[in-house]
Amino acid sequence: MQKLSDIENTTKMNEQKYDFVTNIKPSYRVDKGITRSIVEEISKEKKEPEWMKNIRLKALEIFLSKPVPTWGPDLSELNFDELTYYIRPEDRKSNNWDDVPKEIKDTFDKLGVPEMEKKYLAGSVAQLESEGVYSKLKKQWEEKGVIFMDMDSALKLHPDIIREHFGRVVPPSDNKFAALNTAVWSGGSFLYIPAGVHLDLPVQAYFRMNGALEGQFERTLIIAEPEASVHYIEGCTAPTYSQYSLHAAIVEVYVKRGAKVRYTSVQNWSDNIINGPTKRSWVEENAKMEWVQGSLGSKITMTYPSSILRGEWASTSNLNVALAIGPVWKDNGAKVIHAAPNTSSKVVAKSISGKGGMSVYRGQLRINPGAYNSKASVQCDALILDGISKSNTYPHNEILEESAAFSHEASVGKISEDQVSYLMSRGIREEDARSLIVLGFLDDVLREIPLEYSIEFNKLIRLEMNKYGAVG
Amino acid sequence: MISMPQNVLDINNIDVEINGKEILKGVSLTVRSGEIHALMGPNGTGKSTLAQTLIGNTKYKLNGGDITINGKSLKQLQIYERAREGLFVAFQEPVSVQGLRFINYLRTAYSSLHPEEKMEYRKFVEEVKELLAFFGLDNSFLDRGLNDGLSGGEKKRMEALQMLILKPKFIILDEIDSGLDVDALRVVSTAIGKAREGGAGIMIITHYQRILDYVKPNYVHVLINGRIAESGKGELAKVIEERGYEYYKEGEINAKVE
Repeated sequence: MQKLSDIENTTKMNEQKYDFVTNIKPSYRVDKGITRSIVEEISKEKKEPEWMKNIRLKALEIFLSKPVPTWGPDLSELNFDELTYYIRPEDRKSNNWDDVPKEIKDTFDKLGVPEMEKKYLAGSVAQLESEGVYSKLKKQWEEKGVIFMDMDSALKLHPDIIREHFGRVVPPSDNKFAALNTAVWSGGSFLYIPAGVHLDLPVQAYFRMNGALEGQFERTLIIAEPEASVHYIEGCTAPTYSQYSLHAAIVEVYVKRGAKVRYTSVQNWSDNIINGPTKRSWVEENAKMEWVQGSLGSKITMTYPSSILRGEWASTSNLNVALAIGPVWKDNGAKVIHAAPNTSSKVVAKSISGKGGMSVYRGQLRINPGAYNSKASVQCDALILDGISKSNTYPHNEILEESAAFSHEASVGKISEDQVSYLMSRGIREEDARSLIVLGFLDDVLREIPLEYSIEFNKLIRLEMNKYGAVG
Repeated sequence: MISMPQNVLDINNIDVEINGKEILKGVSLTVRSGEIHALMGPNGTGKSTLAQTLIGNTKYKLNGGDITINGKSLKQLQIYERAREGLFVAFQEPVSVQGLRFINYLRTAYSSLHPEEKMEYRKFVEEVKELLAFFGLDNSFLDRGLNDGLSGGEKKRMEALQMLILKPKFIILDEIDSGLDVDALRVVSTAIGKAREGGAGIMIITHYQRILDYVKPNYVHVLINGRIAESGKGELAKVIEERGYEYYKEGEINAKVE
């Protein structure tokens, strides 16, 4: 049972996080609010080419013309005039480690996060010092022709590739957040893998060099040339603190003929954050796109990684785990468009709601006429931990091709007390029994994520379940 | 020769109710290490209630009497604490947990029950594999979700496997024989014999005499309408089979009419 004091405590925690005060005054940032002159100023400050400025300005118009979406979580607290849209990276303020609430430090300890990473995650250092690892990897990549750098640098060094691909998979007209991102984007990663090259980015390596790539409106562009493959990983399972209340990233992925991209992302934002990234891939003939997503933190998350299967035999899978524990709303899902024959897709979404949390699966699946013999399956399973938490499913399926095969399964379950008793009868404490059941529920997705993540996931679930204490 | 431990499970005059209905009335039984007791009786007479009460299922309310292991009362203990005192119940209908891989579950259970032992994971897995083979189950059962999609007979064998690997002091087998074919019954019976040799005290709860052809009990008790109607040595099982439970029922009805 949830106690009222728990809710109050959580609220108090939020206040503390909002207060995450910062001692250093930034030396360069634009004024609050979003106007034409602010967008121009951002572009000028970044010394961008004229075409990029024009893309930004056009996106701004779209942003201003679109209403705030009302079909999902309550976004009424968002005041776009009160946000600051650009702060020069080197001037971003850092949090004072001493001000980091004790509970958060304890969580880091329980997760076994190394000292330097703790400070990074709490926002008290901008970048981790691991130049050595970084430069060694960088050299290996360069030898293969791989380009991996932050987007701002990529725009300067590889303007032609950027211009050819930028904003084509996710046009600014897609949604209000996408328009906003396109108008004011900053940071993010650019990854280019030449034809036939196979690349695995180690989690820790990426994590350690991630600092410079981070931002409020990140823009990530991944291009896998024909027959290339990459496993790209972003984020981490440990709690991450941000000074921004709104995060609206864009991720565009090109998976060219016969290429394969797996994009694993895990976010555990502090619960003052509204997170609305737009992630989409363009999948050509015989190519494969795999989305693996763990959404652990944030106050509101709205994310629906999409794949457009444009070429014959293209395929995609989308594995999604969302935790909605506490006063949070997780609106997760997937979008797949089958636009060619013999394409296939598989969506598996799992959510856990507790302590008043709301989790939503919102999906769109479309099989176009002429996408002969395409196959699609959607499975969404929800686990609800108590009587005050909720889960909803809004699948939107348009099967316009007769020869296509489509299946949809949905389940909503609770942890049964008989299961808990059974595990306890084998000497397992109640909290641990509940953790095991939750982890079992997630097992088919956890199998797919990198080991480092699944170990941390395990610890994190146990921490969450321990907070629950003995319920029965 | 390993010397037999000297553990005592004492059920002392217990009254148990569920949903306001009195099920067990003044039941007493004592099980010692190395003994096999058979608790027999018709359906709905309180046999499973006894198993559930011993392990501490909170649906069952202990109104009187006490249950002790080596003199320590279990009354105030939670389910997992009773398990840690050495009590193991093989359930009539074991629940399943999807995605909870058997080996992970079993490892967690073992280290919870035996925190003092330093477990070597690889060795543990080998032991489990050997036992799977013993029960006629293949290694794929290691990675399957706990009891998930298993047949009735497979579940029973998995319960029996756990009874051996988890090394409890006392084992309560609640209708382990139901739904088992002759081969399975034989292997489970052999397992019960092994557990006894290992020093466990065992209570076989059953409706039928059949399993007692394979496992010879030291003592047999007949439970009728929540009371022990008769206790005796192993031979009593045969007598019961011959004269049926009706023999007791009539006496019970008469007693009720008064």
